[in-house]
Amino acid sequence: MNQAVTTPAPARAPSYMRIAARSDSAPADDAAVAPRAAPKVEIRDLRFYYKQFEALKGINLTLADKCVTAFIGPSGCGKSTLLRVINRIYELYPDQRASGEVLIDGRNVLAPGEDLNLLRARVGMVFQKPTPFPMSIYDNIAFGLRLYHDLPQSELDGRVEQALRRAALWDEVGGKLRQSGLSLSGGQQQRLCIARAIALEPEVLLLDEPASALDPISTARIEELIFALKSDYCIVIVTHNMQQAARTADYTAFMYLGDLVEFDTTSVIFTHPNKKQTEDYVTGRFG
Amino acid sequence: MAGEHIVRSFDEELERLTTTIARMGGLAEAQIANGIQAVVRRDTELAASVVEADRRIDDLEREVDNQAVQMLALRQPVASDLRSIVGALRIASDVERIADYAANVAKRAIALSQMAPVRPAHAVPRMGRFVQEMIKDVLDAYAGRDVDRAIAVWKRDEELDEMYSSLFRELLTYMMEDPRNITASTHLLFIAKNLERIGDHATNIAEQIHFLVRGVPLRDARPKGDATSFEVLRDEGEGGA
Repeated sequence: MNQAVTTPAPARAPSYMRIAARSDSAPADDAAVAPRAAPKVEIRDLRFYYKQFEALKGINLTLADKCVTAFIGPSGCGKSTLLRVINRIYELYPDQRASGEVLIDGRNVLAPGEDLNLLRARVGMVFQKPTPFPMSIYDNIAFGLRLYHDLPQSELDGRVEQALRRAALWDEVGGKLRQSGLSLSGGQQQRLCIARAIALEPEVLLLDEPASALDPISTARIEELIFALKSDYCIVIVTHNMQQAARTADYTAFMYLGDLVEFDTTSVIFTHPNKKQTEDYVTGRFG
Repeated sequence: MAGEHIVRSFDEELERLTTTIARMGGLAEAQIANGIQAVVRRDTELAASVVEADRRIDDLEREVDNQAVQMLALRQPVASDLRSIVGALRIASDVERIADYAANVAKRAIALSQMAPVRPAHAVPRMGRFVQEMIKDVLDAYAGRDVDRAIAVWKRDEELDEMYSSLFRELLTYMMEDPRNITASTHLLFIAKNLERIGDHATNIAEQIHFLVRGVPLRDARPKGDATSFEVLRDEGEGGA
């Protein structure tokens, strides 16, 4: 028996095959996360005290550059406290002190003699409640720039526009820079605060519950912005909404009562965490 | 209503899922074609390469699993996004089974090549082409989220079942004619059954597409044309007057 097999040649390539061909070079990497990036911030044996109360009990943690790291945990676990050590903003308040080391690019920023203003330009911060200055949109951005730099007007204009573009806000406010920052919506105000922080070209961005005061669409816009920004900064985000951590962070640190319980890629924390405590928290079994 | 998510990486991940399944489908379709080819041409080398290639489709299914689990954990999908991801999981599983059946056909080709050719084998490439068309059409329907096209495939399974029933009867007759035909006929029977099962999985995929797009399952009972479970053929000389 010698039958010629005639598999009919298709008149045109089937449509699903066109889709398949698209991905020819795509590597099969199941962890959609930045590979082990260089460390930017190293936290060593960090302890923190509100008067006599030990709020952080010896934290050891490394934050990777050009990645988003999220701190999650129930109220009072110390996540915001930890965030606020990184730019030493706690020092605005009495009776709060830290011991241990926070190394940014290998240099301990907790050491006495560190220039705090320079530190806070290198390490930008955005808070839960949007905090635009009571001035024009332009001046909100220019304020910090004028403090740290002596720029000709044209360059100042350029830096303001660049910051607003990077914060995905230019299209909405580019034509009304003289209007007050307070006239913007909540989501826009928050993006203004982010623009203000990145105008100073920081290396690290600290976001303390940046979207918890915002509606879902504004929140999604902020999350999209964080995704776009992370290729340039080391971003740390504190959030009580762990689903937000799941959506936005490459690495997640779970904290409880001042301890770092588990730290791993977000994918591991939310698919197969190592500690039962972590599993109980993310699945909503305690809290 | 906007088509894309505000967070664009979500869209990219969903697209990646569809693309991976498209790749699986392409490989599976080729496996079917090559498996049939191996049977008809009695080509043991081709058969062996089909068996070997099955691994690639298994790897892709694992990839879909991982991608889907990640997305379920990290994106909290709802509504159509959730159905997309769950649908992808199920469809990948069906495609992987289809590829397994194709590899089984190829294995049988190796056995068959060592025996004299049998007459009913001519029906096999026809079934093979028919089922290949079903797979291609259902995967196109998935790529285009085209429910009507999926339902059309779903309906064609009845004709495939009839082809199988007919081949079943033919093989039984052939075996009764001459016991020396039994071995080869049995292999062919399994091959035909494998192709029929591929068709069933194509209808599963069609049902998933319906659920994915419409959000409700495909209700009607699929007309089943495979009556071989009840098939009894009597030999002339048996139980006679």
